[in-house]
Amino acid sequence: MMTILGVPTQALFGQLLLGLINGSFYALLSLGLAIIFGLLNIINFAHGAQYMMGAFVAWMLLNYAGLGYWWALILAPLAVGLFGVVLERLLIARLYKLDHLYGLLLTFGLALIIQGLFRQQYGVSGLPYAIPPELSGGQRLPFMFLPNYRGWIVAFSLVICIVTWLVIEKTKLGAYLRAATENPTLVQAFGVNVPLLLTLTYGFGVALAALAGVLAAPVYSVNPNMGADIIIVVFAVVVIGGMGSILGSILTGFALGLVEGLTKVFYPEASATAIFVIMVVVLLVKPAGLFGKPA
Amino acid sequence: MAHAAAPADAAPIAAALPETRDTKALHRIVFIGLAVLLAVLPFGLYPVFLMKVLCFALFALAFNLLLGYGGLLSFGHAAYFGMASYVSAYAAKNWGVTPEIAILAGTLTAALLGLAFGALAIRRQGIYFSMITLALAQMVFFFSLQAKMTGGEDGIQAVPRGRLFGLIDLSDDRVLYVLVALIFFGGLLLIYRIIHSPFGQVLKAIRDNEPRAISLGYRTTRYKLAVFVLSTTLAGLAGATKAIVFQLASLTDVHWSMSGEVVLMTLVGGMGTVFGPIAGSFVIVAMENYLAEFGAWVTIIQGCVFVVCVLVFREGIVGLVARKLRKPL
Repeated sequence: MMTILGVPTQALFGQLLLGLINGSFYALLSLGLAIIFGLLNIINFAHGAQYMMGAFVAWMLLNYAGLGYWWALILAPLAVGLFGVVLERLLIARLYKLDHLYGLLLTFGLALIIQGLFRQQYGVSGLPYAIPPELSGGQRLPFMFLPNYRGWIVAFSLVICIVTWLVIEKTKLGAYLRAATENPTLVQAFGVNVPLLLTLTYGFGVALAALAGVLAAPVYSVNPNMGADIIIVVFAVVVIGGMGSILGSILTGFALGLVEGLTKVFYPEASATAIFVIMVVVLLVKPAGLFGKPA
Repeated sequence: MAHAAAPADAAPIAAALPETRDTKALHRIVFIGLAVLLAVLPFGLYPVFLMKVLCFALFALAFNLLLGYGGLLSFGHAAYFGMASYVSAYAAKNWGVTPEIAILAGTLTAALLGLAFGALAIRRQGIYFSMITLALAQMVFFFSLQAKMTGGEDGIQAVPRGRLFGLIDLSDDRVLYVLVALIFFGGLLLIYRIIHSPFGQVLKAIRDNEPRAISLGYRTTRYKLAVFVLSTTLAGLAGATKAIVFQLASLTDVHWSMSGEVVLMTLVGGMGTVFGPIAGSFVIVAMENYLAEFGAWVTIIQGCVFVVCVLVFREGIVGLVARKLRKPL
């Protein structure tokens, strides 16, 4: 068996792949957070809960409606995104004139409610969700075994991230979004319906989180706490990357997932804290974040 | 993020009401009233419940010093509360020191941790500050989960209450209550003194307009770090005392939900009011006690309280009273 630095290649690449998968989730989630923060100036603490909701909606579609993974991949983000639109219209929209911290507190409260309701209904032990038959099995590569579904997560997230980036950078809608991020008042004066743009942006960011949730459902068990665990790491990712750049948050997400995977191989005890340690180092060396503009 | 800073009237703090001589007299009355309540309540309410309220009230007061007067929203205050609780429990149980030394050790730990984390977190402003403090606290949580000293999932149980100064036996709840009440009152007086000192005035200036304070020649980062450390130290004092009272230090104390709880207490009581966190912690601890049997509903109700407070009751209980009286409380 081949080894690199005393670690069997099979284990090394396996962990790297797992890291890349986590990185995909970090990228999708931090991308959504960054888009929402850019326009709404709100840190969406409910992002983790909405990611969890995506996984649960997929599970419900399968168990209550008999709709499989591919339907869930479309319907769950739509449903949770719609839920986000309702939240924004009813609650979040009332806070735009207030200090940012109220947005954080409100969405934190929402996260508690959502997680509590799911915990009350489904317990904390986690529900299984099978890998779709089209993606079961795997490829035997020269250096490792690649399960098809894991490859799919990484490829699909990458495509979604790139498409999102292209939409924001290259389309007219994206141009409105960027303009409104810079100066909402002026954009409104040009006749763009900024409140609608805010609502749609929030819905879209939430839908991205739900999409990550659907992708995660077959890998991790569907669990009411799955969002709370990941969201704090995603916050650290966002601090490291800085929310100023869309591409930056995507890159940081994937890179940090890889680093976390590497830590699991070489120093497993630190894998849970690796990203936080990196955050500390980045704060010391480049306080504005890797892609952030200095304040 | 080219947004201008939020308009001044949207500051998270109850609108500054002018301080007059009557205000001082009013505050003196509130202090005397609190002291009387502290002396009378144990005859009507269960002392352990009261001690829980007092520990959390001190924790929330410490948190509010940072948020209400420094304008800094830390979302990771559980780290200082919890680490102090662990160190205090460990010292009392494994080193067999007297309770005052154990509490002191816990408090000192929180101060040092606050110095390290504060120096990092104040490098970023606003929402980033909150996220950094939360992430650092999560690091402490994972450390507590894995370290041998903390007992992992079990926590440190059966901590001896011991004898204060080696003389006074604290195993009687009523005796311990006196100590906890004194610690709480001392902490409250200290915080009141800090808020009304020249240092506190500078803090308020920084909170309201940092660029202006900088242009006036204040080294604002030093002030921010100082108030951060003061806040974590007092949060540690609360946590260390709590470990002795409940003879337990566990992962609950360092979990992010604890950080959320202290925010909730402060929000309910009134951010930026001196006495608000006391009212808030009484309400929240009482609510948790009565709802304890309903399991996940506690979280759901806490979430609802958050949402309702943020949307329609931002001034909090004491903030409302202060507005009615037209005097800062």
